[in-house]
Amino acid sequence: MSNSDAKAGRPLSPHLQIYRWPITMTMSILHRVTGMALYFGTLLLAWWLIAAAAGPAYFDVANAVFGSWIGRLVLFGYSWALIHHLLGGLRHFVWDFGAGFSKSARDNLAYANIIASAILTVLVWVVGLLLH
Amino acid sequence: MSMRTPLSRVRGLGSAKEGTGHFWHQRVTGAALAILVTLFLILLIAIAGRPYPEVMAVLSNPFVALLMVLMVAAGAWHMKLGMQVVIEDYFHGGLLIAAVIANTFFSIAVGLATALALLKISFGG
Repeated sequence: MSNSDAKAGRPLSPHLQIYRWPITMTMSILHRVTGMALYFGTLLLAWWLIAAAAGPAYFDVANAVFGSWIGRLVLFGYSWALIHHLLGGLRHFVWDFGAGFSKSARDNLAYANIIASAILTVLVWVVGLLLH
Repeated sequence: MSMRTPLSRVRGLGSAKEGTGHFWHQRVTGAALAILVTLFLILLIAIAGRPYPEVMAVLSNPFVALLMVLMVAAGAWHMKLGMQVVIEDYFHGGLLIAAVIANTFFSIAVGLATALALLKISFGG
């Protein structure tokens, strides 16, 4: 057997085209991205409360912005980021206690996180709009 | 042979002199925020879109104000720590120092501006 045959039989290291993307990688990226969105999103909370402190006229301006379709879209995304990041943090707490590291457990935690965040976000908005 | 003194090894704070402080503060503020943010979301559902006097009455309630100030304080510290981790991953050299300082400034400024607005509402100013 020649040297090149031995080389051809070697396993190749994973590369982008043949890499099976694990869900936990998506979740890791989402946790960071939602965290950064929340970071800059604090400006929205600050603005809303400053508007409330400034008086009824300016509060109406802020409410009109948040109540517009684009305002609601941003708030919907912001609420999902908040709930997703919160649940992701709870997932990290599970790991901090040394649990949930098996392949099935970490995959289940990842799917539970994304499904629960979607359901809870919709629930928050349905209840909020029904009360409104 | 280790050049570290026995006292330094026992303290285990390393060259940054804060040991696992960053990690631990991230977790403790995270635990606080899990509770505070959940309460805040419930509050927000209740007052969203309500008229101005109603919203002001709720926000100036001492327990609501306390909850909100606690959330803002824990949140400012939590987001400062979190963003610092991201910055340390992608920035190097002088830019790293500038970004870390800007992050600290932003977190404290947003946190205090929000807290000040809450206090102004609370004290009826």
